[in-house]
Amino acid sequence: MKEYNLNESYITDIPEKKALSTKNLQVYYGDNHAIFDANMDFPRYKITALIGASGCGKSTFLRCLNRMNDKVARVDGNIMYRNVDINSPKINVYEVRQHIGMVFQRPNPFAKSIRENIIFPLRNTGIKSNDELEERLEQSLRGAALWDEVKDDLNKSALALSGGQQQRLCIARSIAMHPDVLLLDEPASALDPISTSKIEETLQILKKDYSIIIVTHNLQQASRISDYTAFLHLGHIVEYNSTANVFTKPKMQATDDYVSGNFG
Amino acid sequence: MDDIQKKLQTKSKATFQDYFGKGICYLCIGLIILLVTCILYFIASKGLATFTKDHVRVLDFLTKSNWNPGATDASGHPEVGALPMIVTSFSVTLLAALIATPFALGVAIFMAEFSSKRGSKILQPVIELLVGIPSVVYGFIGLTVVVPFIRNIFGGTGFGILSGTLVLFVMILPTITSLSVDSLKSVPLYYRQASLALGATRWQTIYKVILRAAVPGILTAIIFGMARAFGEALAVQMVIGNAALMPKNLISPASTLTSKLTTDIGNTVMGTLPNNALWSLALILLLMSLALNMLVKFIGKRGRF
Amino acid sequence: MNAKKWDHVASGVIYTLVAAVILILVAILGYILFNGVPDISWHFLTSPAQSFSAGGGIRDQLFNSLYLLVLTIIVSLPIGLGAGIYLSEYASDNWFTDLIRTSVEVLSSLPSVVVGLFGYLLFVIKLNLGFSILSGAIALTFFNLPLLTRNIEESLRSVPNLQREAGMSLGLSNWKTTTKIILPAALPGILTGLILSAGRIFGEAAALIYTAGQSAPTVDYSNWNVFSATSFLNPMRPAETLAVHIWKVNTESVTPDANLISSASSAVLIIVILIFNLGARFLGNKLYKKITATK
Repeated sequence: MKEYNLNESYITDIPEKKALSTKNLQVYYGDNHAIFDANMDFPRYKITALIGASGCGKSTFLRCLNRMNDKVARVDGNIMYRNVDINSPKINVYEVRQHIGMVFQRPNPFAKSIRENIIFPLRNTGIKSNDELEERLEQSLRGAALWDEVKDDLNKSALALSGGQQQRLCIARSIAMHPDVLLLDEPASALDPISTSKIEETLQILKKDYSIIIVTHNLQQASRISDYTAFLHLGHIVEYNSTANVFTKPKMQATDDYVSGNFG
Repeated sequence: MDDIQKKLQTKSKATFQDYFGKGICYLCIGLIILLVTCILYFIASKGLATFTKDHVRVLDFLTKSNWNPGATDASGHPEVGALPMIVTSFSVTLLAALIATPFALGVAIFMAEFSSKRGSKILQPVIELLVGIPSVVYGFIGLTVVVPFIRNIFGGTGFGILSGTLVLFVMILPTITSLSVDSLKSVPLYYRQASLALGATRWQTIYKVILRAAVPGILTAIIFGMARAFGEALAVQMVIGNAALMPKNLISPASTLTSKLTTDIGNTVMGTLPNNALWSLALILLLMSLALNMLVKFIGKRGRF
Repeated sequence: MNAKKWDHVASGVIYTLVAAVILILVAILGYILFNGVPDISWHFLTSPAQSFSAGGGIRDQLFNSLYLLVLTIIVSLPIGLGAGIYLSEYASDNWFTDLIRTSVEVLSSLPSVVVGLFGYLLFVIKLNLGFSILSGAIALTFFNLPLLTRNIEESLRSVPNLQREAGMSLGLSNWKTTTKIILPAALPGILTGLILSAGRIFGEAAALIYTAGQSAPTVDYSNWNVFSATSFLNPMRPAETLAVHIWKVNTESVTPDANLISSASSAVLIIVILIFNLGARFLGNKLYKKITATK
């Protein structure tokens, strides 16, 4: 692999309102420095893609944004959400995660019925009215484009669904919480092409109401669905710009090499 | 500051749920640690009383062979030589392990290597059941089958180390077998494939490659079996004869540490020398089980793939 | 050629050993069942034991065993759950966790007679509970805890981490995630382990001789007052269990039909444990299938 000067980077200032921003974010696994000084803003109601070769730290970076790395890594710096630094130890992480939801690489529905998968976490937030729960259930399943497929078997076990359906259920489960931001960690990498395109369509609709940040190793996917793209290399954010610019007019040599398929 | 900002910075129900849950877990953990400390402390303090309060010399206790805690010998020392019990306990344990190991290994190799699915499927639950048979049932069988059998062949009463050994052999067989199977199964498949690819026969592969690789696991299995044998009380007590005498041969009545304890602890008065001496036997049992435990840990640390 | 010959010899030896072990097994089970089952009758199961004359039953012993089993599980399950949850969900790699693991290992390696004697010393004598079901249940708890804790820990650990992350990412507390998501998913394993340990408790005698005692006073099965001395539910009364009964009848008693009682009781014991074993498998599989929705 070619050596690049990782101290140089091109980070754009976004014109949109900010959903999340990171300031001087550092991540350490023990002695291993995994993310170097990440400074970037994520726009509201847009899809931002994080791309880069495996091991570049894109998933690590994403998991910091709703404090999923608390137990595994040390995270220094600030993550600003609604003018609050949610990386501070005093922050209520459970509350953070209700506003910043996450969908994982492999579908992970609970071993419960489809209905319970969505209603159980909602009840936990204090919603008691059955009408409201049912309404959110339908709304979220429709949002994830799953309603028509499962509306007749809501009491069936979620584990009986296909992989693609399970993943859309996980998205539905996340959006049922009415989060501000949705983090997706390679949500389609374990799925077949048809399921993948269904999920991509869903995301296009969802971005009207949610700010979406998606990690993907699939460059076509990033260019198809995202509005902004950040390219990470060896723990550094090398380039962050509108997707069109990153893919057609990259400012950095490393980005150019990566998007034209020279490494990764 | 809006509502969400406030919520982000204050503790919520979930925070307290976590405090609550952690509290409960710590309570349970604390209880277990307290319990173990209590057991170690009480048994040790009781067991040491023989030496500290009754001034029996440790060396005498371990090496003399007259056990008669109520009486004193010619020089005025109480007769608390535990050697017969110690020797008997070790004899039955070692002999049982010695006999059980080849059988256990045979079955383990069969289950792990000959790998006919049906064979394992039948043997597995049977071995589990065998582990589950209560020790009094083994004792009862020992008493009604093994003891008369020994009596008919070798004469004497039939009670003794040999009967104890035979009963323990069956009792520890499943323990050693199932742990050995686990350790054989954990030898990576490519060891086998590599060896067979080199033209080795199945037996050469098992003997020279797999058994060697599984040695730490098998040793652990044998030690667990021995720990079970050493600590077993009732089954042995029912067939050993319970005479606190130095065993002269394998078919004379003898007494293990555990059998002496079960027989006598109810017949002595708390706080007296005869009672304290029994607690000293319990202390030996405790130390022995700790030692075996440590041995297992030591082997586990040295032999990993 | 030599190597091939060895291969045959070794195989032969192994088949012989396996056959021998199976033979021993069949002989033991056959002996107990053939000798014992014909003597099991309704009368035997439902009449009280006799000390000096033949024809006694095992009603009280059987009940005591079951009652003690239930009490032991009531005491040990919560503690085992708490400890198991701690070890699988909260414990980090430090000296404290090491201390806990060592404690559990030490506890599991203690001979049951030592555990029984400790119970005798602390509960029967020092705390003055006397020979009682309660003392017995606590002693059995000590004996049961390490295995139960380890079983619960392993069952919880076998639930994929993805499930924990799912719960966390939805803003559930760790505790809620563990109790409402991980625990239900681990239930088949926990249940199987619990039932198997029930079998062990049911057959244990050495830890009970000096804690629950060796006598079965006549109790009144219509007296539901837990605090009444004659009530069958009173946890402060001494209670000889079935396993202790077998031991006692064989070593100290003068009952003329000791042999019959022991063989029938042994058969009952084995049958109950057999039921536990099969039940554990059956229930575990069934629950697993229900949870994972595999048909």
